[in-house]
Amino acid sequence: MIKVEAVFWLIGILFVAWSLLIARETTHPKRWGSAAFWGILGLCFFYGTWVQAKTAPAWILGVAVLVLVALASTGVLGDGKTKTTSIERRTELAAKFGNKLFIPALVLPVVTVLIVLLAPVLKVGGQPIIDPTNTTLVALAIGAVAAAVVAVVILKPKQKLAPVFEGRRILESIGWAALLPQMLSTLGILFTKAGVGTAVGTLAKGVLPEGSLIAAVIVYSVGMFLFTVLMGNAFAAFPIMTAAVGWPVLVQTFDGTPAIIFAIGMLAGFCGTLCTPMAANFNLVPAALLEMKNKFGVIKAQWATAVPLLGANIVLMYFLAFN
Amino acid sequence: MLVLIGVLLVIVGFAIRLNPLIVVTVSGIVTALLGGLSPMEILEAFGTGFASSRSVTIFVVVLPVIGIIERFGLQEQAKTLISKLAKLTAGRVLLGYLLIRQATAAVGLTGIGGHAQAVRPLVFPMAEGAALRRYGKVPDKVKEKIKAHSAAADNVGVFFGEDVFVAVGSILLITTFVDTTYGLHLEPLELAVWAIPTAIIAFLIHGFRLLRLDRQLDKEVRAIEAEEKNNETVTAGGNA
Repeated sequence: MIKVEAVFWLIGILFVAWSLLIARETTHPKRWGSAAFWGILGLCFFYGTWVQAKTAPAWILGVAVLVLVALASTGVLGDGKTKTTSIERRTELAAKFGNKLFIPALVLPVVTVLIVLLAPVLKVGGQPIIDPTNTTLVALAIGAVAAAVVAVVILKPKQKLAPVFEGRRILESIGWAALLPQMLSTLGILFTKAGVGTAVGTLAKGVLPEGSLIAAVIVYSVGMFLFTVLMGNAFAAFPIMTAAVGWPVLVQTFDGTPAIIFAIGMLAGFCGTLCTPMAANFNLVPAALLEMKNKFGVIKAQWATAVPLLGANIVLMYFLAFN
Repeated sequence: MLVLIGVLLVIVGFAIRLNPLIVVTVSGIVTALLGGLSPMEILEAFGTGFASSRSVTIFVVVLPVIGIIERFGLQEQAKTLISKLAKLTAGRVLLGYLLIRQATAAVGLTGIGGHAQAVRPLVFPMAEGAALRRYGKVPDKVKEKIKAHSAAADNVGVFFGEDVFVAVGSILLITTFVDTTYGLHLEPLELAVWAIPTAIIAFLIHGFRLLRLDRQLDKEVRAIEAEEKNNETVTAGGNA
């Protein structure tokens, strides 16, 4: 049976391989710092298996994570700018391959969805081939490998491992930000342990009329919106509002469907991202990039979409999640 | 209530543009200390938090295939497709880009667009070119509006497209958080499906606004022309 841990090991293998490629490269501007960062990150993916199974001490992983943060924020991590094709060459290749270039990209979602749909009947000797508790992630990893193989078959790169080298190029251009989603997720778990959600929940009770479903849906969605505006990030807002209202009130009291509530709640947060200068990458950086006079001009163009869309999310959640 | 200081730290840290990793880590440590966790428990929380949220980083398995097709000209091909929109009006150029951005993000190709990669070099010049054809000149005020809407089309497209794709951080953050905290078991695909209604509505709302954009630009250009004519008359009268 292919379990989700195999997927994490695949990620670990990729990180370690990229780390070794960097370590071999004498011309890399931040050779050892970068190799250390991606290497440790990769090892954490293996070690995490035993932490998750509670057979290894978690604090060691905690120390490793803090080391990663230290490496990333002290500037020892850098982009080696892997050699790739020039823009001129790419234009030629694009003319040669045309829309065929999109085929590998489409293989990924198609294979993923097919495997998810077929998973319940894919069995060997009565045993499911794919771990039924984590079908999507396993299917996605298989889809990604299949897509890379299809790409190599169609495009015929000189080096068969070209996808790995090119993957490293993108990873290094993302840099430390690759770790950020996981750190935000960890922050959410820490916040919840420390009782931030409960504290906000107590505040929310003050404005929440007892027994009103629509009021609870509005407080959750608008809360996601406002916390995202304040924190600039729906990822950071989600654990707070979910611990405060989403879980205790919408799921437990009103018996709503968790998947629908949480998916739409996150999107209510995204409406907030459209309205906040705190999300600088999306709202301020493009204003600078386009040499706009008003640096809040992008937000000005977006709020009139964000606000009605927040309303639509409230309506959708109210009518879809509670049956 | 004291633990809310942690939230405040995130707000302040992000506002003064510190490295987000540092902001998140420090805020996590401070909040946990205020919440009464011991240093050892905090280290353990970072460890278990990392282990249980590894799925959020699954986007890494997609990098090799994206990388190889980029090497063979994916972005250049996307530009060729996008540039076919050039014959349209400014609002419709942006509507076409919104559709492409959202559809590609929904199948995981978030790298196709972007402010630096597509909006500045391609989308804005095309929309501006469309306005130039229509009005003969593009006054600064109109140009500013087209810039803002070019960036906005990118943001709206990617935000409400990517959530339909299962390997995106936001979906996996949800499953990680609720699975660890409440012992639920949600499949990412289950969540991604429920992002579709909002994705459609986002396209309808923003698309409708972009269709109206042309009329707004018409009006603004006419107003500016009228003002210029007025100024001329005043000057002709010799009295400022």
